[in-house]
Formats: sequence, structure tokens, C-alpha cells
Amino acid sequence: MGADQLPSLKGSGRGRVARQRLASGKAGTHYTRTALANTQSASEGIEPAPALNPPLDPLPPREGWSLPVARTLKALLLSASLLASPALAQTIAITGGTLALGDGSEPIQGGTVVVRDGRIVAAGANVAIPANAQRVDATGRWVTPGIVSGFSRVGIVEVDAVDSTNDISANDSPFSAAIDVVPAVNPRTTAIAISRSAGVTRAAVAPGTARSIFAGQGAVIDLGDDMEPITRARAFQFVEMGEDGASEAGGSRAALYVLFRNALREARDLSRYSGISGGAGAQRQARANDQRDLPLEEVPGDRMLGSGVQRGDDVLLTRFDAAALVPVLQGRQLLLVHVERASDIIQVLGLKREFPNLRLVLVGATEGWTIANRIRAAGVPVIANALNDLPASFEQLAATQSNVARLKHAGVPVSLGQINNEEGHQLQWSAQYAGNLVALGKLPGAAGLTWGEALQTITSAPAEALGMGAEIGSLKTGRRADVVIWDADPLENGSTPVMVLIDGVQQPLENRQTKLRNRYMRSTEGDLPKAYQR
Amino acid sequence: MRLPLLTSVVFAALLSACAQNDRPQTASGEGSAKAKPASYSRDPFPSTYRVYPGVVTAITGATIFDGDGRRIDNGTVVLADGVIRAVGGADTPIPEGASRIDGTGKWVTPGVIDVHSHLGDYPSPSVEAHQDGNEATGPVRAEVWAEHSIWPQDPGFTRALANGGVTSMHILPGSANLFGGRGTTVKNVPGRTMQQMKFPGAPYSLKMACGENPKRVYGSRNQMPASRMANVAVMRQTWARAAEYKRKWDAYEKNGGEAPARDLQMDTLRGVLAGEILVQNHCYRADEMANIIDMSKEFGYHVSAFHHAVESYKIADLLKANGICSAMWADWYGFKMEAYDGIHENIPLVHNAGACAIVHSDDPNGIQRLNQEAAKALAYGRKAGIQISDEVAWTWLSSNAARAIGIYDKTGSLTQGKMADVVLWNGHPFSVYTRPERVWVDGALMYDANDPKRRGVTDFELGQPGEGDVK
Repeated sequence: MGADQLPSLKGSGRGRVARQRLASGKAGTHYTRTALANTQSASEGIEPAPALNPPLDPLPPREGWSLPVARTLKALLLSASLLASPALAQTIAITGGTLALGDGSEPIQGGTVVVRDGRIVAAGANVAIPANAQRVDATGRWVTPGIVSGFSRVGIVEVDAVDSTNDISANDSPFSAAIDVVPAVNPRTTAIAISRSAGVTRAAVAPGTARSIFAGQGAVIDLGDDMEPITRARAFQFVEMGEDGASEAGGSRAALYVLFRNALREARDLSRYSGISGGAGAQRQARANDQRDLPLEEVPGDRMLGSGVQRGDDVLLTRFDAAALVPVLQGRQLLLVHVERASDIIQVLGLKREFPNLRLVLVGATEGWTIANRIRAAGVPVIANALNDLPASFEQLAATQSNVARLKHAGVPVSLGQINNEEGHQLQWSAQYAGNLVALGKLPGAAGLTWGEALQTITSAPAEALGMGAEIGSLKTGRRADVVIWDADPLENGSTPVMVLIDGVQQPLENRQTKLRNRYMRSTEGDLPKAYQR
Repeated sequence: MRLPLLTSVVFAALLSACAQNDRPQTASGEGSAKAKPASYSRDPFPSTYRVYPGVVTAITGATIFDGDGRRIDNGTVVLADGVIRAVGGADTPIPEGASRIDGTGKWVTPGVIDVHSHLGDYPSPSVEAHQDGNEATGPVRAEVWAEHSIWPQDPGFTRALANGGVTSMHILPGSANLFGGRGTTVKNVPGRTMQQMKFPGAPYSLKMACGENPKRVYGSRNQMPASRMANVAVMRQTWARAAEYKRKWDAYEKNGGEAPARDLQMDTLRGVLAGEILVQNHCYRADEMANIIDMSKEFGYHVSAFHHAVESYKIADLLKANGICSAMWADWYGFKMEAYDGIHENIPLVHNAGACAIVHSDDPNGIQRLNQEAAKALAYGRKAGIQISDEVAWTWLSSNAARAIGIYDKTGSLTQGKMADVVLWNGHPFSVYTRPERVWVDGALMYDANDPKRRGVTDFELGQPGEGDVK
């Protein structure tokens, strides 16, 4: 972020907690993801999407996405009430495009993707097309899995500097690890629609720290146009263990590690006293319901876990925060650790000796390349900023754009996220960043990725780092059908989707920005003021 | 640590002595009793920039975007004596003994110019001790000069050169204040001192800011301005003072008499009213830009460019009519209320209306990819039906930028006789897969992707992990 963002703009959450929140429409209304008609019209000057009948047709007459929002929403509500699950009955075959699977392989010409019931049936060169499939001709276009952001804050902030819309961190909350980002996610955040228009279909959403090193529990969300954004609630705990963590722990890295160890000790004690067990129960729960798959839900009706359990006198964590760290301690919830400096990374990896069940993911790891072999040996994935090359802080002195490829070449599973880098709004930069990593391959002394590897860092690699590789991030059989058809090479500057499917459902690509653009294609007024022009 | 402290005390004493004496710059050696009334120096921190040695170089067979909107296929560019000697097609004569570079499959452009940078005054590492871009102690701080905050060892300069092909940039104060101080143009050549980087003959600018930042910074302290209306009120009151100051000094410089009291704030504003200092105005919202335009007419100055200008597309006609450039991002939006209406097509829409469009960074990372920012804006514009050629779009990074900061007569296009500020790209410069291969500043090869010795390493990075790495 540039210098225009004065320091006082960031992290200024004071006074927000006391402010009354309005109920956010949770009562009753549940939209089911619903097919929409073609989302871009020739009148916008954009080449229309490939001829496509709606993958399914619960909407009465097709009216196009240019109809007023209110009517559209009404239609959605109507259709949702008529059909419990309209997305689950359609077979789609996307043919003829340059197809990239997202698994690191290079793209193939004339590939086919078959989607049924919101899942990938098959994708590749010689794929049989079912007779009943609705065909989408993607000739001359590119087809990829939807982009997955390995680290973001999309959906929990509308305007960064407007505190009332910024749910990233809670400076005045008594809680830390227990914070669960899920209730803050607003699928109508404008950045969700804008990111979707840029081909981003899933994202890890992490809360930000305030007064503790523990930020709380992040989720994996989809960026679909509906009111059910959560793919996996409480997918991970997020902790700051570098400069920020040291500050939040009282002023030193040494204090940070005492705080961390103490927190896990309190979690362990709490789990012993309350007899929490891990394993099978959680997995069953996960299979039963993606949105309620994590351990705190194991104790029915009581997320204030172990409230009757006696605790020691010297505890620092609230009971709720300690309970939230039990699944981290037991390895049933990922621990995403923001750490940049090489020596800090080594310290974090060393925690596995003390807490062998930790499932660590390094976030940031700007200096990771200098100790890539140690990271590989630890078997820990990295979610990195793609292009950090400045010593922006003393923990990033060795920053280079070659970090990602050097880690990759050393055998570290590496993916991209946006760590303290416009993470609430600019997920649309993901593909451009990945493209830059390809460019490095031509630069003597630098390390770059192949095109397929670069796409992998924004599709299957982040999905796998987040423990969701079997669900999202690639076009392999059985994955959720998040598919994007692009007008050109998706990693190239300015390429945009002509069609986005999430869970097999075609998504609108219009948003506030496209509406503003259409209004101001000419800046001057016509017969009526601009306010009348829609 | 005592020595620097003492030194600074001595300096302060010298400075105050100078201010009292108001010695004219040309006083020495002209000793006539009838000399014109003593004025003050307009250039007390003169550039000591020196052109580094170069060799006569001819790049052939390249695609050239000349920065003025023209394209030459299979083109030749000849650099000699620090300037562009020739630009043309394959038949361009090449001097005897010139070093030849085969540019087949490559592109040649003028060096990228960033009109909005804080390299040096908000340098890396961005520790508290380095926060030198905002003198947020009062909303009118026209007396501070960004150049006095520039740390020449900012590693960001080297990244902007190697990854961004940036050869000149305008370093501005921040936007906490209505009058933020003077901005200075530098060449992207490392120096031990700011003066060694300072672009010779480039005018100063005055950084102004409207909108949220000043009113938030001072309103939060219960000071004026706490509202947009107060922003304008304080600016107008200040311009009124400046007009008075200018009248007094103009009269004194013409007629002599007793010298008016010196006021460094007012010196800067007088320079603006006299047309010597260009106004670079941070402003996001269309309606606020319109207010600023009216105010500039009231007091008789011209806004050179609105910076950030996220809503310029809403008043592109007004900007064209008033001859004001917009320095913009490709796709930033939403980080603050006044950036809420940012759209991808801002740059092409401004351009398409016939107004002056510039791609700027305001960011030590963005400055490394201004070519990509232009490419994104161009692509979105085309999809909206705005047909702009690649070579015309390159004016957003070169000639338009150079004009807005007053250096177009010296650089900003591949024109015979201009400074040889040139980038050879290893592919199409709007492609994400392309990087600078070589960068010349005044004909001196300052970056060569194939030669680790042509890669600057700042003092700060010496002896640190990653020293000399490809960044």
C-alpha cells in the first residue's frame, strides 16, 4: 500500500465493538446457488460469453444480467423457494478451449471439462461428453479452475478506512483465538463480486490480530453470488509470530514464545480436564456437513467448551480462547503462522518437536528461500506473497521475487496469498502475480516457475495447503466445479473471465464497478442527470 | 554520535544566518552599488547530478514505442554523448564504432517516469525512524521540501530501475497536509547525496491534498480543518496570504526599498503563483477536483495534475477543458471512502475524453510494474470499446508524465537530442512475462539483466542476507 494510507488508517478499530450491529439478514432467508443468465452484454462493449444456455433453468424467462438488482433478487428468491437444490441436476461440457487443470501440468489445446451436479466429472484431452450435456464452446479461450487465494481478508471489510465496515481485527475484544471469522463474512461485500469478476472463486479469510498473537479462526469461503459463502468454517487458526507477534506479545520474540507455549499448555490442560478427544468424531462431523466440520462443534450446543471444568489459578487465556486452541494442539485444525525472517521460521518449525501434532502452514516466509531445505524437511507448506522484493522490514532483508520459485525448486509446497497486501480488495492481482513468477524464468540469476506451476500456486497449491485439495483448486474428478473460462491467457495482464462457475453454477460478472463504468462511458450528461442513467 | 549532532547545530546556525542576510545568489562578484534589490535563491540545493560515462550504442531490429504515441517496427535507436542521437527505421545510419545490440524480438521505449513516488522519503525498511514523508504538524507546511527527506540509500530505487525500467521519478511529500511541501524530480541513478540524484533543471512542485486525509489528521486533534469545507477555507486563506506576499516581493524585486520579511511557506506559494512551481494535487473525488479547479482560477494558478484521481472518469470533460492531467492507478479501489468508486477503466476513459492520462504508483512495489498497470488499464479499456493502441498507451508512462512534472523538454520521449533515458525490454512491455533487459540513464548503462555488475546494491543492503541477489 502506498504512502497515501497514513498509519492511522490501519488497525484503528477502537470504538467499533461498542457500536451496535444490525442483524445481517440471517433470519430465515437462505439463497441456494442458482444459475444465472449470461452476465455480459454486447452493449458493454465486451464480447459476449460463449453461447450458453443456463446450466440449469430454474429462473422463469431468461432476462439477462442487466435487469435491475431488485428484480433479480426477487427472481432468485422465487426460484430458491421452488427448488431446494437447483444446481444439482445439470451436466455441462466445456469444449475446445486451452485447458489447464491447476495441478501444475501445462495447458493442453482443445481440452474438455465435464461438470455434473456441481462437481467435476472429468477434464482432459480425451474426455467423453455425455449425450445430455449442455455444451459450452470455449474455442479460442482458456479454461482453468477458479483462482484460490491462499490468504486474504475478502468479505470481512468493505472499506478499510471505514471502521464500521472493517471486521478484520477487534482491538477492544477480550477474546483472541476464539474469534471465528464466519459471522463477519458478508457475501455482498463489493470486493467479492469484483474478485469473482476476475476469476477468483475461493479464498482463505483470516482475521487479523489485535491484542494477542492469536488472531482467531479463519474460514475458506467461496465468492459466489449467494448468501452461503462458507466452504469450511474454522479451517485454521491464525497466529502472528514475527515482528507483529513480538509486539503483540509485549515487545520481544522471547516473550512471544513464552506466550505461545503457555497458550498451548492452557489448551492442553483444558482438554485433559474436560476430556475432549480428537479424531474420528471430527471427521465424521466433517463428512456430515462441510460448514460444521471442526471440533468446537463436537460438544453439541456448547461452544463455550468446558465451562464447568476447573482451571488453574495462573491462566492467561480466557476459557473460550483456550478451548479454541485445543484442536490446534491436537492437530485437528491447521495453524497458519505469519513469519518472515529465516531465524523465526526455524523457531516455528522447531515447535513441532514440542507439540508434535501441530499442522503448521507458514504464511509469508519472505526469507524462506534462504532455508528452503529445512522447510522442505519439515514438510510444511508455505503461502507466500508473490513479489516481495524489498527489505520492507528488518524481518524481510533477504526479500526477492525468486523466493517462491526457489522454495518450489527445493520441494516445498508453495502457494500465493496476499499477506498485508491489499488482502481485503485486490484478490484480482493473484493471476498477474503468478504471471510475474513465469517472467522470472527468463531473468538470469532469478528463479521462475513454468506456466503450469504458476497457475498451481493460485489454484491447487493453496487448496492443498489449506487441507482442501480434495475439494477445490483443480479440475480433477470429484472436485467442486469451480471453472473459469477466460478471454485470453489468464496470467496475462488484463485477461478477464467470460464465464465463471462456482459449484457448477454460472456466476454474474457484473458489479458496482461495471455499473459505474457503464454510467460514465461518457462523462457528460444526456437528457437527464447521471443519477437517472442505469 | 556527538559529531553529527554538533554538525547539525552548526548547520542550523548557518541556515538562520543565511535567512537573515537574504543574500542574492549572484551577489558575489557583481559588487555594484546600483545592483537590483537582493532577492533570495530559487535554487539553494542545486543539482550536482553528473552523467556517467556511456558508449555510443545502436539498438537495431527492435519494436520502438517512442513515448509520443508513435511506433516503429524493425526500428533503430542510437545513443551517443548521453542523448538520443537518432531514432528511425532499419535504414537509420549507425555511427562508426557504435556498440550494436540486436533488438530483434525486443522492444525499446523511453524510460518509465513515475510522477508520484515516495522512494527516499518513505524508504525501506519502513521503520518509524524512516517516516519522513509527512510533516503532519500543521495543515499548511509549504515550507518543507521532500528532497530534504530523501534517503539516497533507499533500496527501492534499485528495484524501480531493474524491474520497472523507471529512469526518472517525482518524489512528493505525503498527503496529511493541505499544503504538503515541495516535490522534487530525481534521476534514478544512485547517489551519495540527494543532490547527486536531482534532475538538473526540473521545476519544483507543490504537493497539495484535498479530501479525507487532511481533515482526518487535524480533525482528530480538534484542529482545523476537520471538514471538507474547512479544507477549502484554509487553502483559500493561505492563497490569499500568498497573493499578498507575492505582491510585496514582486514590488521589492522591481523597485527596491526595504526587503519584505522572508517566509519560506510563502516562497513556495509565490513560486506557484509565478508559474515556476507546478501544483501536484492529491484528490480522489470528482466533485472535490471541481472545487479545486475553481479555487485555482480564483487565485490565478494552474493545477498540473490531480494525483490518484480515482473519479477522474466522472469529469473527464472538465479535466480536458482545463488542461489538467490525472495521475492514476489501474485498479485500486475501496481502501478508503473516497476511493470507493474506483474502476478499471478510469485511465482509458480519461484518455478517451481527450484529457491527459498518467499511470502513477505512490508505492514502492507498484513502481516496479507501471508497465503492467498501463497494460491492465488498456485491456479493460479495449473491452469497454475504447480502442487505444499500445504505442499511444505508452504516453501514460512517458510523455504525459514528463509534461506533468515539467521535464518533457528534456526526456519522456525518444526524440533526437533528448536525454538518452531508454529501456530495452525482453518482450512486449505490456506482457506480464516481460522484464527490462537493459536500462540506460543519460546514455549510461545503469542496469543489464545479463551483467550482475550492472546492478545497484545500496549501502543498506551490503553485508545483509540477499546482498546483490536478483531481486
